[in-house]
Amino acid sequence: MDLSLSTRTVGDRTIVEVGGEIDVYTAPKLREQLVELVNDGSYHLVVDMEGVDFLDSTGLGVLVGGLKRVRAHEGSLRLVCNQERILKIFRITGLTKVFPIHTSVDEAVAATD
Amino acid sequence: MPTVELLFSAQPEHVRTARLVAAAVARRAGVDEAALDEVRLAVGEACSRAVGLHRNSGVEDPVRVRLTEDEKKFSIEVADEVPGTSSGSNPGGGADEPADDEGEMGLAVISGLVDDFEVIDGDKGGIIRMSWPTVSL
Repeated sequence: MDLSLSTRTVGDRTIVEVGGEIDVYTAPKLREQLVELVNDGSYHLVVDMEGVDFLDSTGLGVLVGGLKRVRAHEGSLRLVCNQERILKIFRITGLTKVFPIHTSVDEAVAATD
Repeated sequence: MPTVELLFSAQPEHVRTARLVAAAVARRAGVDEAALDEVRLAVGEACSRAVGLHRNSGVEDPVRVRLTEDEKKFSIEVADEVPGTSSGSNPGGGADEPADDEGEMGLAVISGLVDDFEVIDGDKGGIIRMSWPTVSL
């Protein structure tokens, strides 16, 4: 399965809904999307990963890159993920300490810390 | 002799094929269902790294994946054709080269996932070797 991307706005947050596989082939598309959003002034991003079937280190690199970009504008990048196999990758790389990970988009949108 | 051997040109779009083949052969070999996600991720990381090395070094040879089913374990070898990079040295570019960083992150992910894992630096290139126990079917 290829990567699918769609965005919508809720208040000052931009939700990026990602589906399919994020790997060495598809990660550049996600990178482009995040860069474009930040360039267009969206600095508070919520990446909804509930539809993601596969994530590798290339995908992690893109998410870290996105976080760096929004932080440069005092923004935020939150993740929504309940899937154990995806969460495991964040855990073994220590990135659970870097990204706020939420169980629902509503929770991520409401978060303000 | 490997059970299945796969050669693919060093293009990112073929890494998915390698993941699917490895997971299918691992399942047949009797690797625990719960470990198949690890197999898929680990072989994907190893192949992504090899693709990055080949592309950064202008190597046109294919990446080679050997999947071997033994009595008690299922082994995967992913071989690149770029000498002198597997031990973490970086002759191809500066330390800021993103592809190299991602390759190293890939190794970190594999080492976090797989208990039996080694990186062998050969004259012709590096080999990432990993294995999982199998249960008799």
